[in-house]
Amino acid sequence: MTIPILQLANVESNYGPVQALRGVSLSVAEGQIVTVLGANGAGKTTTLKTISGIIAPLKGQVKFRGADIQGHSPDTIVRAGIVHVPEGREVFPLLSVEDNLRMGAFIRRDADGVAKDLEAVFGYFPILRERAKQEAGQLSGGQQQMLAIARALLARPALILMDEPSLGLSPKLTKEIFDIVVRINRERGVTILLVEQNAHMALKIADFGYVLEVGRIVMEDTGAKLAEKDDIKEFYLGMKAAGTRGARRWKKKKLWR
Amino acid sequence: MFSQFLQLFLAGVAQGCVYALVALGFVLIYKATETVNFAQGDLMMLGAFFGLTASAILGWPYWAAILFAIVVMAVVGMLIERIVIRPVLGYPTFTVVMITIGVGYILRGVVTMVPGWGTETYSLKTPFGDAVLRFGGAVLAMEQLATIALTAALCLVLYLFFRFAKLGVAMQATSQNQLAAYYMGIPVQRVNMLIWGLAAAVAAFGGILLAPVAFVHSNMGFIGLKAFPAAVVGGFGSVPGAVVGGLIIGVVEALAGFYLPEGFKDIAAYVVVLVVLLFMPSGIFGETARKKV
Ligand SMILES: Nc1ncnc2c1ncn2[C@@H]1O[C@H](COP(=O)(O)OP(=O)(O)O)[C@@H](O)[C@H]1O
Ligand SMILES: [Mg+2]
Repeated sequence: MTIPILQLANVESNYGPVQALRGVSLSVAEGQIVTVLGANGAGKTTTLKTISGIIAPLKGQVKFRGADIQGHSPDTIVRAGIVHVPEGREVFPLLSVEDNLRMGAFIRRDADGVAKDLEAVFGYFPILRERAKQEAGQLSGGQQQMLAIARALLARPALILMDEPSLGLSPKLTKEIFDIVVRINRERGVTILLVEQNAHMALKIADFGYVLEVGRIVMEDTGAKLAEKDDIKEFYLGMKAAGTRGARRWKKKKLWR
Repeated sequence: MFSQFLQLFLAGVAQGCVYALVALGFVLIYKATETVNFAQGDLMMLGAFFGLTASAILGWPYWAAILFAIVVMAVVGMLIERIVIRPVLGYPTFTVVMITIGVGYILRGVVTMVPGWGTETYSLKTPFGDAVLRFGGAVLAMEQLATIALTAALCLVLYLFFRFAKLGVAMQATSQNQLAAYYMGIPVQRVNMLIWGLAAAVAAFGGILLAPVAFVHSNMGFIGLKAFPAAVVGGFGSVPGAVVGGLIIGVVEALAGFYLPEGFKDIAAYVVVLVVLLFMPSGIFGETARKKV
């Protein structure tokens, strides 16, 4: 078996006294879409920030293609081939769409390659070509999400970390964006680590999935199998199993939230 | 009558250019690090001393002296960021502001200790000398015209840099959304260091332009007290605003100094601030209304 492109071993991260990750271990195989599900506050964002170097972990290892990268600076990690599409898009509001995309390619020196990738990205998101000269802050939420993904692609990453791309988007837009994520994965061979609260959509496209709860991985399996598990159905897919009593459901739910 | 006005106006614009350059430094640093650098005027003073040294003491030509002052001050600006500002990032703004005030004091003190600089007053010779341009009945000093032309040229270069150069766009990006800049692999701290270098270099340019008019002295940095209102008038955080604000204050001051009773000249800058802020609370080019939530 080949080594996974990304591996986390017992990663612990904190915000001052708040311990957000309590020993997270997971691995992502090259070329796959892997999802991490979890309720609000479970530590999904913190996991991604630890991988991309925004946060240095207290303990544990992050390996990218077999080499330790934990605690490295964010620009080293982008150069290594990992780009983070953050929660809430985080575009540069007063820069044009085009300049936002140029900033995605900040680490690159190959102008020809960048120009080619720009075309490719406009192919995935034609609306961005139309809006190229507009300030990014004036785009709608969905368009900003597209810009954030497009901007990440311009770094020509091997691995994209995606934090809740469906946040605040309509189901239709979410589907549109997820379809493109799949295309990016298939056509460009980019590995994707996708963090979501929207388990329904995420499990549909994921090869493999993890469930994160209060800073720990509590479940892992292939996307298809996770979608079949009762707990997942109940708490993430909103399907109530027959005969489950309200009280029990509430108790369990509290554990998840 | 009109020629007199024209002369005063031109002198005001020339003086305003210097305010504009110092104000520009305020704005660049404020946008990048949300810190007001109260040493900006003193950086200008130090730049003027380096220009003076190259020109009067080493005997270099004027243009080489300008270049020398700019390069040395860029390095000084970067060192200040690296040594005293970066370690206190994340502390309350008050701490950082106090530190910049301290840096200003130290620069002023150090200058008086340097042999050949001291507390004397110097004048910097320019290639324009006392040449004048006669226009109608007005007598326009070449030095002032040159100050205006050089400032315009610098502004153009800065505009092109921020608009088209990758580093310039990255500087804008970093000041708009620092976290996103990190996500894109922009080395944010290095970019901020370069912004301090740029701000100090621009201040040095201002100092050299000011030198023929106001003389080089360790206290010339107090002009920052007028450049600060210029930045506020323009809408603190706006680069074009800093330039416009500087020009307005320069012109109002020059006209007030002639047409109004004595004493008005010195308060003109603050009267302008009050009037502008009364009608435009976020300055002429204020961006607050457009900023994302
Ligand atoms: N900047 C922060 N400061 C302090 N605590 C934080 C911060 N960000 C997140 N946390 C805490 O860390 C835990 C995990 O948060 P996060 O990773 O954002 O969760 P998720 O992305 O799964 O919603 C939560 O308990 C949250 O309150
Ligand atoms: Mg989150």
